Amino acid sequence: MARAGSAGKAGESMADEPSTNGEKKGLAALVEEAREDAKVLKEKAKEEVETLKQPQKTQLYKSIFRVKHDDSERSRALGVLSNVFFHLHPAKINRDAVRYAYTWGMGGITFYLFLVLTLTGVLLMFYYHPTKGQAYRDIIYLMNDVPFGRLLRNMHRWAAHLMVIAVWLHMFRVFLTGSYKKPREFNWCVGVVLLVLTLLLSFTGYLLPDDQLGFWAVTVGTNMANATPILGAGGPFGMQLGLTNYNDVRFALLGGSIVDANALLRAYIWHCLAIPIIASVLMGLHFWRVRKDGGISGPAPVMLESEIKPERKI
Amino acid sequence: MDWHQLWEIVSAPDNVPIVALLFFVPFYAWYGFRQARENDRLIGQLEADPQLAKTHHRKIFPWKPGWTKEVHTWPYLMRIEFLAAIIVTVLLIVWSLTLNAPLEELANPNLTMNPAKAPWYFLGLQEMLVYFDPWIAGVVMPSLIIVGLMVIPYIDVNPLGAGYYTWKQRKFSIATFAFGFIVLWLVMVVIGTFIRGPGWMWFWPGQTWDPSKVVFEPNRDLPDIFHITSMLGKGIFGAVAMGIYTMAAWYGIHKLITATPFNRKIYARMSFIQYITMQTFLVLMLLLPIKILIRHLFRIKYIWITPWFNV
Ligand code: HEM
Repeated sequence: MARAGSAGKAGESMADEPSTNGEKKGLAALVEEAREDAKVLKEKAKEEVETLKQPQKTQLYKSIFRVKHDDSERSRALGVLSNVFFHLHPAKINRDAVRYAYTWGMGGITFYLFLVLTLTGVLLMFYYHPTKGQAYRDIIYLMNDVPFGRLLRNMHRWAAHLMVIAVWLHMFRVFLTGSYKKPREFNWCVGVVLLVLTLLLSFTGYLLPDDQLGFWAVTVGTNMANATPILGAGGPFGMQLGLTNYNDVRFALLGGSIVDANALLRAYIWHCLAIPIIASVLMGLHFWRVRKDGGISGPAPVMLESEIKPERKI
Repeated sequence: MDWHQLWEIVSAPDNVPIVALLFFVPFYAWYGFRQARENDRLIGQLEADPQLAKTHHRKIFPWKPGWTKEVHTWPYLMRIEFLAAIIVTVLLIVWSLTLNAPLEELANPNLTMNPAKAPWYFLGLQEMLVYFDPWIAGVVMPSLIIVGLMVIPYIDVNPLGAGYYTWKQRKFSIATFAFGFIVLWLVMVVIGTFIRGPGWMWFWPGQTWDPSKVVFEPNRDLPDIFHITSMLGKGIFGAVAMGIYTMAAWYGIHKLITATPFNRKIYARMSFIQYITMQTFLVLMLLLPIKILIRHLFRIKYIWITPWFNV
């Protein structure tokens, strides 16, 4: 507006006037100005404190979480889909599939125990040397001197046992609900491999404390390898094929003919590195297939005998 | 009754998982079968009333018109997952605070543990060593179990019972799996843990584990009963005996899977390869209880003896 413009001009000239008059008035003006600035700053600070009460609106929050976190349908879906850890889930699922009664939560519990084992296992690795003599001392040290070391070791041990139980029960429920049927045949097979890996993880870990329990358990276990037909010195056709205790499959597993330093190192590497990596990859595959096979198999509407469709021949 | 011995076995920290298993498996079996029974009742209703079958939502869970078919994962599923994680964590911490993981003496190859036991989850296989040579119990059986589990989805041609608990529609497959999992695997684990003592001898619960116990078990082989002594004779006799067993088992299993009209309907859907595969695995699986039985009833150790292997 033209008037506002001229009024501004007038105000300016008025303000300019005193400044030409003397030092004192100038100081007052400066104080006034500073006070004015402080007031603006205070307003700003107040505003910012207000926004802190709503952290979801901050740039920091938005940069990390990307979506709003309110009660709307869209945000709930996006909250799941746009989070790398949660996006294993679909945004929505069959309303009855969330019932505990159907899955018993066993697959999820197995996975959670695997995560617990990874965490406690890595912490244990900070205190453990896979060498004869030192290994056993490390465990003693861990149990008696390391802060929370005993709890750590116990948790790792019992979580491993629980995982074995959970994976068996998971398989049992998958069988009972017929969830291996078309189109989930392959995921069942992936599951079987995961089952074997779970047992092998537990088994290789058994040797690591280097005590009598582990030593004899692994001795009993690997003696079986010695009895493998064709590949083991003690098995059928082993001797005829020229196998001895020093070139058969048990030797390959143990790095020797008895459970000793090499076996300890090999068990350590299988246990801490190789099998966890393989199992992680297969778990990724397993979860991906659950989604791609159409999500969890049920609880599906029951089908009647009269509704069986004639099979399709290839 | 040696209560101390019993307590020592049951409370050994590494045996606690099996004690837990003794509780979990019956519980979940009951939990699953309870839902199976409810579903079966619903199936019966729907089969009797085709009109109802057209309109019913076909689940044992409540349903009202207007309810959405799906719910949001967040929060309806994820809150359960977080809750489960918390419960498992608490359980694990309490368990870890109260019970210490075992640590025996330093490994000593010169001091044999008696009994020397594999970890509890492999005790089923170790128990099989009583009945089979190590190459069977330790190598062939685990391989057959793994492959056998993997072929299940490809030989079970029954299209019913996918995605819900049922007994009526899958009697044969559920009975077979439950027999394998519970009787041939878990019961053997329990026997291996609680019953087998020093020298892998059988000790009833409450019996003292006496390392000097010796049991005189006059083990015979099947050919001995027929007074066959030559190696060649034993080999041929064993092969024939195994052949007869295979045929008998095959025939029995065939009768079983074609016993009812419904079974025959499913059987008709099977391809030749599926049928052969299933029969092979079932015949082999049945060999376990048979060998356990003839061992205990007739004290027979081997059926088939050759210079290279014994079965
Ligand atoms: C490390 C071991 C395993 C992990 C972490 C795992 C995890 C899971 C999870 C989280 C699910 C989603 C549903 C549920 O929780 O039940 C699932 C489904 C499934 N699992 Fe596993 N599992 C494992 C081993 C196995 C084994 C041993 C089998 C079978 C032999 C198996 C077969 C299946 C099948 C067929 C499904 C799809 C079930 C359905 O759609 O209802 N898994 N698994």
